[in-house]
Amino acid sequence: MGSIGLSHYLVVAAVFFCSGLFTMITKRNAIGILLGVELVLNSANINLVAFDRYLGPGRLDGQITALFVIVVAAAEAALAVGICVNVYKNLSTVDVDQATTLQG
Amino acid sequence: MVAARASDSTAPHGEAGTAVDRVGVTNAAPAGGPLEAVLFYVVAGGAVAAAIGVCAARNIVRMAVWLFLALGSVAMLYFLLAANFLGAIQFIVYVGGVLVLLIFGVMLTTKSPWVRFDVPKRELFAAGLVCITLLAALCVVLVGTTWNSAEGVVPGAAVADLGKQLLTTYLVVFEVAGVLLMVVMVGAAHLARPGD
Repeated sequence: MGSIGLSHYLVVAAVFFCSGLFTMITKRNAIGILLGVELVLNSANINLVAFDRYLGPGRLDGQITALFVIVVAAAEAALAVGICVNVYKNLSTVDVDQATTLQG
Repeated sequence: MVAARASDSTAPHGEAGTAVDRVGVTNAAPAGGPLEAVLFYVVAGGAVAAAIGVCAARNIVRMAVWLFLALGSVAMLYFLLAANFLGAIQFIVYVGGVLVLLIFGVMLTTKSPWVRFDVPKRELFAAGLVCITLLAALCVVLVGTTWNSAEGVVPGAAVADLGKQLLTTYLVVFEVAGVLLMVVMVGAAHLARPGD
């Protein structure tokens, strides 16, 4: 086991990104897609914090950006769950393949 | 005389201030050595397993549980990266807030907790091919790149420094984030109101 460097964290973030992408592609449930989005956002955050730690220690730019990503992710989750509940009330499903009312 | 006394009285105050600052800046990163490596591999292995669990699980509740583990492991990674405050925020906002919200979403929108996703094999294959190719390409590039990175122990960020930067350099972004949160709060309340 060598010392842990920047690329170790970036590889973990890459696995997170690809898992999130796979989840977004394959799941049909809107909430499942939302879980994939959260994984992708977390992978971006791991990258930001790792770059902050290894490329500019003490400058805090990466950490503050990650903080704002968390804020936006929380806002997005709140709105998306509200929309999902509304879609379920109207169509009694959150399957993204069956919610086709908006198609012209 | 008065001025001298005033400067005398401020001097220890200033020293106390710097002492507080010094206490805030702790060496949060574990010393770069076998301990850090072991901790990293344990936490990163858990994180990777949980992330793969999210995309492999076929039940929405199980996906949420795997995501819970993945987000917790990411918080541990933040602690390893000497980002104490972000690690705490990750636990509080993500694990405590967003995930609970998502689980409420699951409960409100599924007819039965045991609904399984039936995805066509062809689609699974195509998606897996895309994602594994992307992952392999990313890993090849990331491992092959030499970064001009700082090695060794790095002082952890003091929360006070984060707060200072938020209210000076990033003040506009901070205010915009506040407005965004307010708009989202109003919007979510509007969306969730009882129908007419």
